[in-house]
Amino acid sequence: MDNLIYLIPLFPLLAFALITLFANKSNKLSGLIAIAAIAGSWVISWIIFFQAWTDHHFYEHPIELPLISIPTGASVLELGFRVDSLTAVMLFMVPFVCLMIFIYSWGYMGVGKKAAGSAASHTGSDTAQTPTQPAGHGGHDEHGGHGGGRGWPAGPENVDPLASRFFAYISLFACGMLGLVLADNLLLLFVFWEIMGLCSYLLISFWFARKYDDPNRITPKKAGFKAFITTRIGDAILFSGMMLLYAGAAVLTDGQAGLTFSALFQPEVLAGLQAVAVPVFGTLATLIAILIFWGAIGKSAQFPLHVWLPDAMEGPTPVSALIHAATMVSAGVYLIIRMYPVMLAGSAPALTFIGFIGAFTALFAGIIAVAQTDIKRVLAYSTISQLGFMFAALGVGAYVAAVFHLITHAFFKALLFLGSGSVIHGMEHGEHHGHAHNQHEVAGFDPNDMRYMGGLRKKMPATFIAFLVGGLALAGFPFVTAGFWSKDEILADAWHSILHGDWNQGLALLVFIFLVAAAFLTAFYTWRQISMTFLGKPRTESAAHASESSKAMVVPLLILAVFAVLLGYVGVHEDFPLLGSLLGGNPFHHFVGGLAETLEIHAETIPFSWVPVLFSVVIALGGLGLGWLIYTRAGKGWQVYSQLDPVDAAMQRLRLGGVYNAMRRKFYFDELYNIIFVRFSLWLSRAAAWFDRTVVDGVVNGVGRFGAWLAHISSRFDSRFIDGIVNGLGSLANKAGGALRLVQTGQGQTYLLVALLTVLLLLALFAVQVAGIGVVG
Amino acid sequence: MASFNEWILTLTVFIPLVAAIVVLFLPRSNERLIKLWSIAVSLVPLALTIYMMVNYYTGHIPNGGGMQYEVKLSWIPQLNSFYHLGADGLSVPLLFLTALLSTLGLYYSSFTIKKRVKEFFFLFLLLEMGMMGVFVALDFVLFYVFWEIGLVPMYFLIGIWGQAKDRPRYAAIKFFIYTLVGSVAMLLAILAVYFATNTFDIMEAVQRQPFAGNLTIASLVFWGFMLAFMIKVPSFPFHTWLPDAHTAAPTAGSVILAGVLLKLGAYGIIRIVLPMLPQAFSHWAIPIVILGVIGIVYGAFVCIAQTDLKRLIAYSSVSHMGYVMLGLGAAAAGISKMAEPGVTDSMAMAINGATLQMFNHGLITGGLFFLVGVIYERAHTRELSMFGGLSAKTPAYYGIFMVVAFASLGLPGLAGFWAEFFTFRGAFDIVTVWAAIGVIGIVATAGYILYRIIQSLFLGEYDPHKVDHWTDMKDWQEKHEPGDMVSFEKLVMWPLVILIIILGVFPTPLVDFFNQAAESIINAL
Repeated sequence: MDNLIYLIPLFPLLAFALITLFANKSNKLSGLIAIAAIAGSWVISWIIFFQAWTDHHFYEHPIELPLISIPTGASVLELGFRVDSLTAVMLFMVPFVCLMIFIYSWGYMGVGKKAAGSAASHTGSDTAQTPTQPAGHGGHDEHGGHGGGRGWPAGPENVDPLASRFFAYISLFACGMLGLVLADNLLLLFVFWEIMGLCSYLLISFWFARKYDDPNRITPKKAGFKAFITTRIGDAILFSGMMLLYAGAAVLTDGQAGLTFSALFQPEVLAGLQAVAVPVFGTLATLIAILIFWGAIGKSAQFPLHVWLPDAMEGPTPVSALIHAATMVSAGVYLIIRMYPVMLAGSAPALTFIGFIGAFTALFAGIIAVAQTDIKRVLAYSTISQLGFMFAALGVGAYVAAVFHLITHAFFKALLFLGSGSVIHGMEHGEHHGHAHNQHEVAGFDPNDMRYMGGLRKKMPATFIAFLVGGLALAGFPFVTAGFWSKDEILADAWHSILHGDWNQGLALLVFIFLVAAAFLTAFYTWRQISMTFLGKPRTESAAHASESSKAMVVPLLILAVFAVLLGYVGVHEDFPLLGSLLGGNPFHHFVGGLAETLEIHAETIPFSWVPVLFSVVIALGGLGLGWLIYTRAGKGWQVYSQLDPVDAAMQRLRLGGVYNAMRRKFYFDELYNIIFVRFSLWLSRAAAWFDRTVVDGVVNGVGRFGAWLAHISSRFDSRFIDGIVNGLGSLANKAGGALRLVQTGQGQTYLLVALLTVLLLLALFAVQVAGIGVVG
Repeated sequence: MASFNEWILTLTVFIPLVAAIVVLFLPRSNERLIKLWSIAVSLVPLALTIYMMVNYYTGHIPNGGGMQYEVKLSWIPQLNSFYHLGADGLSVPLLFLTALLSTLGLYYSSFTIKKRVKEFFFLFLLLEMGMMGVFVALDFVLFYVFWEIGLVPMYFLIGIWGQAKDRPRYAAIKFFIYTLVGSVAMLLAILAVYFATNTFDIMEAVQRQPFAGNLTIASLVFWGFMLAFMIKVPSFPFHTWLPDAHTAAPTAGSVILAGVLLKLGAYGIIRIVLPMLPQAFSHWAIPIVILGVIGIVYGAFVCIAQTDLKRLIAYSSVSHMGYVMLGLGAAAAGISKMAEPGVTDSMAMAINGATLQMFNHGLITGGLFFLVGVIYERAHTRELSMFGGLSAKTPAYYGIFMVVAFASLGLPGLAGFWAEFFTFRGAFDIVTVWAAIGVIGIVATAGYILYRIIQSLFLGEYDPHKVDHWTDMKDWQEKHEPGDMVSFEKLVMWPLVILIIILGVFPTPLVDFFNQAAESIINAL
């Protein structure tokens, strides 16, 4: 039975291989293979999960499966899979959310519809001979209203010509995440981690030929590169941490401990890492913990490596959902949860760093989100902010709460992204309709821009309901949504640490304040988003003519909406009035907390307190209410698409327009990094190339020219002095002249150099010989 | 079979020579015969190397490192020089790599080489013989002879079959002289060893540990060898012959140059310098490590600034071979700390990383040069700014290129990763700070692979005005659209792609070979 676990990542991997090798001519077949594979993974995962969930002592006997072993000198590096409580809850979430996204992709990529453009005959995308229209055929293609070429969005009416490739990529992506949660060691985790990095690159730049009229807007091609290189910076630092950890642990156990979690988390290994002093950081354990956390900063888009995630929105929307919910960014949080014993060994400095980065990012991203108008970018910043919640939780020791929020967030964020994709398709449809009637009212129309929306609840009721549920869960609407319970648990843990923590009271206070403020902003911008998108009246023709998306897209939304509500009830505090006992006394905490106890992580249930609950309720309702007051109340909010944001207007009145502008421009981090890193790197590379050409190679050529010069001199010496003697020797002269002419041909320098070196050689040889006799004799 | 096992290395090395001599007697006009003959005969050493690997792995040959298939015959008794061949876990995979790339290179060239076919195939086979010989020679004189034999055919391959605009004569002479300078230094060092030990036998010289206790002389001899080997690797700052030679060489020549010739230097370090002069190497280890790290980082940055695809990949070799120098330098730096716990394993991993990098770099960069050939034969330009949007135009080319390029980037799951991993694993334990600086190379590599190569070739829009004449590889006619890879190109790439993926997912068999060799070297220290 346990051997079925091997199949969980293998199915999507096989799907990837099958699609790329054999099914690349058929989008439909590719889609079917991808969905079937992930469905298979999902079924097995849930069997494994429910077995574990019903086994009350599962945390004591995790499943371990060997995979490969590599010889490393006298020792061996063992790599394998492992399912414990933490992996089990990830197996509950990842394949299911992926399955929903895959099914949605079927609808989103238009598989089953007619082929792109008017020539509907060739659904096969990958025949190189098929002529395509030159892609430069019009800037208006960015609307997606027309059938785009390859590497452009095909629009809502058409099948994307590269849909087959899309299904291959997302299958590999799913394989990466599933392998990552199953890995029983840091190295294998890193392997799958990087595979996801590759997939995110491929998928973000999926519409690789797309260009915008606005030259400042980032294209998918650039966004993909930005995502890969930014996360790779984090990965390189993580890699260094992993190397130090591996080397450090091996020294402690005389080469026996590789990177398997069970071997690393032995108390004596962790204590040994703490005993090694390193400059600046104090102990080796602290250094390793901080280096590993940098990997999470990159992958989970925390400040200061957060810049890639909003631009990752350039990928097709199902990809955004994959990256933001089920896979990529969750991987960063998962890494820190998985490596938590090492983080604890890193003690106060490491945990403070994690907690501070998380809390700061939560608030920082929340502030930026308030000023965004792109429906997906708002969600992107909310993701960064929510991930900050999780890291802040880990910083103050709220292990179980972080896991809980990771799971609930995955469901409602997938829901929100897929909902936004549905909205975008609806808007594109409306735009298409508008084109058909020659109503070209808005210059620079963008189907992602919420200012052009409004009133979509009537046109897209199912999407509206689902999005509303997801939004309320994100905002933490009290008592009914999953987001409330998980966010509340983080605040409760932070509150507990303020009162009862030992070293970390100050950190807990800071985390609590930052998170409360961030949670308030979350509720506020979420209502702003719902209001701008769905409420009020349509502000453009496109919004007025929008239409509901296909069933393949709407059904996954509704299923995810159910989870966004119900999932919270598995983690309600057992002493919560009424609900606590009714819901079985917090089974989630027992399931995950049990594992934590075996790792000597303190995860005992904290006493119930009303204070954080009150905070949670008040800020959620307050934020939503303020959003309603500003954006929804009759006569307020958006009336026409070109109008100023009410918050912007208010801030301008307070002479704070510059601040709002900074928020809208994401505090200028893109511009800053562009100068510091991008331009500097390019300058450095040009300088290095120049140095190589002129200095390093210049020396080589200089030596060569010197050789040629010597050859010239010696040939003149030959012809005037030696030749003069030789000439007198009759017939020999001709032969000698012939030989000397060789010297003067292009290769003279060769031989001369050789001659020169031979002399040097003989001299050195003599010296060595003398010395050598001394040695041997 | 015992006698066959004694003959197998001789056959592997000299069958290409015999084939080359036969080529001389084949009629010049019958190009088809020359090609068929060369390719067919090159399959024999390939089969023999596979046989050796399988033998090794199935245990027909006793494990535990040490030389196998040894043959030792009197050769030049006046010099005390023997015809001594042997192969261990280090040599056998490299022999396989040589045979594989030679066969693929001959096959690819049979389609793309149009002028002076007879000479080309003659020289190519001669080259194969020289390279094979270096990997099995256990006598210094023999080693030196093979080392030099490889030089001449490559000189002509670059000089004659290079594209005129790439200055092939300059590149060829530069390659030749530069390597010759190293050869002379090595010859000196070999003579010094001979005078100290009175033998040309490499294994015997290793056992005698010449110059032990005399660091000055040992250092002189050490640098004599190292100059030759580091020029060949090539290690910073002796690398500038490489971009010129690569750019000018015909496709198959570049493949062999990157895939095998660069490995000769690193092989020499592992086979000769590390075991024979451990004290001197240990003493000079940190400078070697630093040169390796500079090579990694500096090479990667130089790559980012390149605009010519082939030149870029040539520079990427400088960066990638830096890992080899880092690994070997780290292993040498560990010699003085071998008593500390875990250090011998770290040394083994550093050497394994270096040897894996040698093998994998051969597959990956060999593959990349083939792929450069694929685009160059069509577009007749390698300027990266001339391309774009090929991702949809030529999907097979895109797919194969992506696999190889990401392997070069060190993506886990593909072969290149394990080399980087073990190199850094060993180096982080022994020379922590330098290894940490080397990690910058990981990011910079992603920079040039994605930013320069993939974005320029495959992403963005396809612009029909940039390259308006594409040679169609099916009928060699000019077309207005690029055609995808044709069957002979795919056939060349498939073995490399499959090996890259298999060794990425399951590196154990290959590491087994190298680990045995590394263990026996370390145990002897």
